[in-house]
Order: sequence, then structure tokens, then C-alpha cells
Amino acid sequence: MLMRNEIVLTLIILLVLVSDLIVKDNRKKIISNIAIGLFVIHMLIGFIPMPEGSLFGGMYRTNHLIFGFKIILNVGVLLILLQSASWLHDKLQDTTKIGEFYIILFSSLLGIYFMVSSGHFLILYMGLELSVLPISALAAYEVYNRKSSEAAIKLILSAAISSGVFLFGISILYAVGGSLYFDDILGKLPISYFSVMGLVFFFSGLAFKISLVPFHLWTADVYEGAPTPVSNYLSVISKAGAVFILMVLLFITMNTLHDIWIYLVYGITVLTMFIGNFFALRQENMKRFLAFSSVAQAGFILMAMVSANQEGVSSVVYFMAIYIFSNIGAFGVVEAISMKTGKENMKDYAGLYRTNPKLSLVLMLSLFSLAGIPPVAGFFGKFFLYTAAAGQGFYVLVFIAVVNVTISLYYYLKVIREAFLRTSDTPIAYFKSDNYMKVSLAIVAVILLVIGLYSPFYDYIYSVSNIVNF
Amino acid sequence: MDILSLFVTVPILTVIVLMFAKGKKQYRVVALVGFIIQTLMSFNLIYQYLHVRALGDKSIMVFTKDLLWFAPMNIHYAIGVDGISVLMIVLTSVIVLAGIFISWDVDDLPKEFFISLIVLATGVFGFFISVDLFTLFLFYELAVIPMYLLIGIWGSGPREYASMKLTLMLMGASAVLLIGILGLYFHSAPNGGPHTFNIFEIAKLNLPVGVQRLFFPFIFVGFGTISALFPFHTWSPDGHSSAPTAVSMLHAGVLMKMGGYGIFRIAMYLMPQGTHFWTNFFLVLAITGVVYGAFAAIKQTDLKYINAYSSVSHLGLVLVGLLMINQIAWKGAMLQTLSHGFTTALLFALIGVVYGRTHTRIISKMSGLLVFIPVIGILFVLAGLANLGLPGFSGFVSEMNIFVGAFQHADTFHRIITILAASSIVITAVYILRVVGKIMMGPTMKEYANLPGITWYEKTGTYILMIFIVLIGTLPFWFGNILSDSIRPFIERL
Repeated sequence: MLMRNEIVLTLIILLVLVSDLIVKDNRKKIISNIAIGLFVIHMLIGFIPMPEGSLFGGMYRTNHLIFGFKIILNVGVLLILLQSASWLHDKLQDTTKIGEFYIILFSSLLGIYFMVSSGHFLILYMGLELSVLPISALAAYEVYNRKSSEAAIKLILSAAISSGVFLFGISILYAVGGSLYFDDILGKLPISYFSVMGLVFFFSGLAFKISLVPFHLWTADVYEGAPTPVSNYLSVISKAGAVFILMVLLFITMNTLHDIWIYLVYGITVLTMFIGNFFALRQENMKRFLAFSSVAQAGFILMAMVSANQEGVSSVVYFMAIYIFSNIGAFGVVEAISMKTGKENMKDYAGLYRTNPKLSLVLMLSLFSLAGIPPVAGFFGKFFLYTAAAGQGFYVLVFIAVVNVTISLYYYLKVIREAFLRTSDTPIAYFKSDNYMKVSLAIVAVILLVIGLYSPFYDYIYSVSNIVNF
Repeated sequence: MDILSLFVTVPILTVIVLMFAKGKKQYRVVALVGFIIQTLMSFNLIYQYLHVRALGDKSIMVFTKDLLWFAPMNIHYAIGVDGISVLMIVLTSVIVLAGIFISWDVDDLPKEFFISLIVLATGVFGFFISVDLFTLFLFYELAVIPMYLLIGIWGSGPREYASMKLTLMLMGASAVLLIGILGLYFHSAPNGGPHTFNIFEIAKLNLPVGVQRLFFPFIFVGFGTISALFPFHTWSPDGHSSAPTAVSMLHAGVLMKMGGYGIFRIAMYLMPQGTHFWTNFFLVLAITGVVYGAFAAIKQTDLKYINAYSSVSHLGLVLVGLLMINQIAWKGAMLQTLSHGFTTALLFALIGVVYGRTHTRIISKMSGLLVFIPVIGILFVLAGLANLGLPGFSGFVSEMNIFVGAFQHADTFHRIITILAASSIVITAVYILRVVGKIMMGPTMKEYANLPGITWYEKTGTYILMIFIVLIGTLPFWFGNILSDSIRPFIERL
């Protein structure tokens, strides 16, 4: 049952579709409960160990690292589902869209599964498209909001162009390598202008999904305009899938071009870190702020990729997991406040701690995790990224990264400053979120405090990261 | 649980109990009880330490414990103490205890105040007991962020600016420090095998000279920034002045000592050839800090700024002592670390006490206070005298040791440094006596006629510190012996 995740998820999509048809119009809200319940079952089934192997002649493959990564994705999507419940019920006037939301989201997740488990460029491309097109529909979900439609158009146009570029890169790599199967072109790509061209186009297509500079221009507008749960999903899950498959391809399939892609990665990392940070410094809208912050974080992740060894793989996957939970926490708080008060500006968060202490604490934990402050998990994630890069002697890159982490600390502290240090005559009043949101934020807070200090998590990831004989 | 890990778990337990407490009275009592326990534990630690040494244990570190934490990176939770760490732990507990007394009546969000203070203290305790570089770095960073909240929420004056500047500069410095640590880590396995973060494992290797010369400045500057190494000291004046009293006490008294300790324990111990290469350069910076800090203190009009620059100057003296690289100078530097911790904490405490009554820190606005608040006034005068190194107080002993040790270098460069360092005594006397004379003596001012006297908690806090200052000043040999034995293995490396 190597395709267990995909098959169960497809079943869930069909079940939600059926229940959407069955349930009466005035009781549509229970579809949320059904979908979340089914997804919990799916996540739990996902923990059952699975053997390694491949299907369809190598087009689809799975190993322990991919298996572990899908578990992390599942937990992340579950938290996002929990956070989106109140938005679906209350903000959207149209209850028929509740069921559709889950179907579309799960379809996108299915695409990411395929992307991550691909062994053939066609499956990779299919997964890529399947993951981004449904999200474009979700980005426009608030149909009466102009920004939402604008975000969707930007997303779909940018996605279409980058997919085209990506496909072009793949076709060149096919011309050079002679096959579309990853295993077949392993070690066979010659170092020639043609294959470098293919590499660059291919990288650019994926770099769009990861919001690397200079392919990040869509990020801020889309995150700001799209509904917060959708931005949440975009910023963590789809980015994580793209990072994973990029890492696998660069490290393994294109290992002959290693000396070339190292420079590409090095340059883009530095560029992304600086530009992401500089733009984040100026943002006042929380969602745009988190968008640029996630651009900068993507830069950090890429830094570990220069190592091209087991430490690199494990630190990237570990950091991705921590980044997923930190960003879900941050977006969750923004979502909770935005749902209750409609306020998304940093200045509106003034005095938040005095009125909503627990919410502020979750926000603080998430932002500290993103900034890399101990004892929250982000510290460990960043530390291992540094060790991965420094291990190959890239001390200058690590120095640039730590300078950027200090810059990023400034803008994370700006939010903390508003919420904790400042007081306001008109703060956001005390409110209670619905149970789903509370549960998800509580889970995130616990995870962020624990998975850093709890070393077996990293040990496990490290042990399954030996996917290559380097 | 072993005796050392308790120093980290007891504060965490105190924080957890604090989270469930309700009401201002409960908060302060819980915090106080937690720290009385901590202080008693630290006294017990000295006793146990001396006991173990008396039984003939000659290993560098005692009460060690080593747990494998992240196996792939060979990161361990490794702890241990020697004489220097033990005294640092005592310093920390006493100053935090005094700080809790001094902040007895904080009324804006008292629970969060005490929680942040205790988290800060946890980071410091963990730093002093760590023997593994990763664990040490983790605790070091842990101690930086609560400062942002403490200064930003409970501070005064330009507190947002001061807290942001302090946090960013200290985190920047720890980032630089990280490069140095990673450099050490990746050169710790010259014969293959796993790398290590353990200080003593790395010490056993002889790192190549090029590596030492490259990474020494990173670690020195990284730790030096928190010890107000010129020109990275600029966070200090604004930071201390905007901070609430207990936080200034803790920061100037304890956190800034972590820098000197780190330089000594890591930069100099692990990279002896690198130290010799960079000594002269950093001596110039350190002595500049001493003289510049002293002159800048003369010019200040705000009490806390005076004390902040005075701290820059005295800590520069610690660095000068460390860079003289001989037994006496190091003993002086470590004694100065202890002594200055107590004296500066005492002076900050008294400045806070005076400020609480006069509501101004500008010197020109206060005069003749000794008449109206005699007990506070006398304590203030004594604190000033302790800070300027009057014999009988701890500052004299430590500074003497540093100067004697510095004098042992006969070449011109070091002689000039020694003369400049010794001249700082005079400059220090100028600003201290000027401040004390202006505020406490001189014509009385009507507006201060009815100031409340000293409260019980302020008395307790300041007396605790004063006892230690006098103790070190009159019985220096007791502390000196504990330090000398522990300094010897380090000095032999250089």
C-alpha cells in the first residue's frame, strides 16, 4: 500500500463531496466537522509505517523521509483546517462553499503528495499543477472582496507563467538527459551550457513556488488579498512541498551539476535573505509582513542546501517542520484577530497583551520561533541550518545569514513591541475564539515549545535522511 | 537530580508556580521564596565545592554530568563547575535576590515582571554551569530576550529605543559568537570521527594556529559586546538608564560578567596562540573603554548614565586584566568581576531608591539629601566609595591585583596600559565623589523635606549586597584562594 496517503485522501475528497450533496442547505456547517474528522483519521492512518518502494515503473516512489515529510504536512494541514472553521462558517455568507473549500484544499494537498513522491518529471509537473490551480480558486473565495479576486488573478497568472518556464526547463533536461525518469538521468547530466540552461529554467519554475527572489513579487499581494487560511496554506504547505522536491532533485538527480547549482543557490540565498528582510521591515499590514517574512525564511532554508549532504537534508526537513508550525501559529493569531475585529494592521495590535494575554503569548512564541530565539523550536532549526552550511566551509554565508537573522529580529520585535510594550486607548477587546481555533493554537504552542528541546524528533529525521550515497 | 541541574530547574519551577499564582502579594512571595531557595542552594554549592576539593579532587571541573542530547551533531547537555563558576553562581543568586527585594512594589503587571526576571536568571545560571558550547550558547541567548520585555515594559525614559538597541546589538553579538563556535566545532575532529562541542575535548586538541587566529576575534567580540568592549558598548548607557532598577542591577551586575567569563573560559582557554596574536589589539580597545568610560561618566548629568559609563569603565578593567595573561592579573580580573557585580548592583539599587523618592535622576536637581533621608544617604555614600575602590571594600583588592599583574609585563606597551589603567582610579574618584557630594551634601532643598525613609525591603536588598562587598574587601584571600586554584589550569595553557 505504497500510495496509501493518496488513496485515503482521494476517498476523503469523495466522501466530503457526497456529504455535501446529502446534507441539507441549512445544516451545512456539519460538513466542517465531517471533513475535519475524516482528516484526523487520515492523519492517524498516516502514522502507520510504510515500506519503501516505487510504483508505475519508478514514476511514483516513497521512502522513509518522504513518509515522515507527509506526516508533517498532514499535521500542518489539520491545524490549518481547525483555524479555518470559523472563517468558513461566519465570514462567508454562502454556506454552499463550505464543502467546496475542503474538496479544493484536499485536492491541492493531493497534488503536493504527488509532487513530493515523484520519480518522473511528468508526475512532478502534474503534482505541481494540481497543487497550485485549486489554490488559485480558493484565493478568490471571498468573492465580494476585490482584493481577494486580485490576489487570485495574480496567483494564477504568475503560476501559469512559472509552470511554463518550469516545463521548458524540464524539456531541456529531457533533451540533455535522455529520459524523464529521475533514476535514469541520475549521474548522467553532462556539464554543458544546455544543461545549465535547463537547470536554470527548472529552478526558476520551482523558485516561484518557494517565493525566492526574484520570483517573489506575487507573494505579498496574494497573501494580503487571499483569505487568511489560504495564505496560511500557501505559505507553509505548498512551499514545503516545493522545497522538498527541489532539494531531492538538486542533491540527487542533478548531482553532476553540483558545482554549478551551488553558485546559483548561494547567490539566490543571499539575495532572498536581504530583500525579504528589507521589505519586511517596512510592512504594516500583518499579512504582507508575514509574506515577506516567509520570503526571508525561504532564503534561510536555501542556505542549508549548499551543503548537499545528510546534514543538509535533515536540517532542511527539520527547519521546514518548525517553520510550518511557527507560521501556522502566526497566521492563526492574525486570523483570529481578523475574524473578530477585521483589523490586520500592526498598529491595531497595540496593547494586545493586556486584553488577550493567551493569544499574545501564542503570537510571541510563533514570532520568536521564526526569529530563532531559544528555547522555542526555531532556535534549534536555525542552528542546524547554520551547522549544515558551515560544515562545508561556507562561513561567509553563515555570517550573512546571522546578520540577516538579527535584521529579522528587529521586525519580529516590532510586532512584540506593539502587543506587549505599548498600550492603547482602543485596544482589541478581549474575545474568545471558537473551539477549533483554540485547540489549534494550543497545539501549536505546545509543539513549538517541545519539538526543539525534544531531541528524538531531530534524531529521527536525521536517521531517515540518508537518501543518497553521497 | 544532580546539584547543578537544580539551578536551572528550581527557577523554572518558580516560574510555573508563579503562572498559577494570583494577586500581587502572592507573586512577590513566590518569587522571593523561589530565590531564597536558590540563594541557599548556591551557598550550599560553595560548601560542597570546598568539601570536594578538601577531599582531594583535583579535576578541573566537579559535579559534572554529561547527557547525549542531539546524537547526530554530538551535542551534549554537559555541565560542571569550578571555583570561578561557583562564585559566579553565588553572585547571580545574591543579586537577583536583592533585585527582588528592591522591586517589591512594582505594580504594573508584577507577575510578568517576576517571570521575565526569573527566566533571565535561568539563562544566566545555565550559562555558568555549561561545559558544552551548544548548551552554553542556548542559555546565553535565552538571557537576552527577557531583557527586551523587561526594559520595554517596565523601563523609563526612551525605553522602546533603548530596549530595541540593546536586544539587537546583543543578538548581533551572539550571532558573531556563533560563527566562532561553529568554527571551533568544525575543527574539533582533525583525525576524523565526530566533531564535539565540549570545551574540554576541544581544549585537548591543539587547534591549528591559523584557525585560532581566525576565530578568536569572533568569540572575543561576541562575548566582549555584552561586557561593553569599546566600541561595541553603545547599547549599555541607554540600556541601563532606561531599565527598571532590578533589571539594571541584574544586567550590570551579572549579565555583563558573562562576557568576561566567556572570553576567559572559551576564547582564551581554547585558543591560546590566537590569544597571544590578538592580545595587543584588544588591549588597546579595552583600555580605551576604561579611560573613555571614566571620562564620559564625568560628563553625565543623569545618575544612571554615570553608573552605566562607570560599568563600561570597570568592565574594561576586567578585560585589561584578562588580557595581561598571568596568574595575578587573572585573579584580579575574576575578583573584579565579582566585586564590580556587587558594587554596581548596590549603586543601581540606591539610585533607584533615591529616584523613587525624588522622581528625578538629574544631579543638578538634587542636593543635601543626607539631611532628609540619612540612612539612604549613608548607604549611597558607602556605595559610591565601594565603587571607587576604597580599601576595605572589594573594589580595592581586585583592582590592586589587576595592576600588580599588569605591571609584571616590563615592556613599554604594557607599562603604558598599566599607567592608564591605574590613572582610571583618579578619574573614577572624580565622578563618584562629585556625584555623591553634590546630591547628598551641600545645601538642602525645600522640596525634599518630607521624603519617606527607607523601607524594609529596600534595606534588605541593599544590606545583602553591602555584606558581600565588605566580605570580599576584608577577606579577599578566601575568595582569592578559590579562584587561584581554578585559574591555574587555564593559565598553564597560555
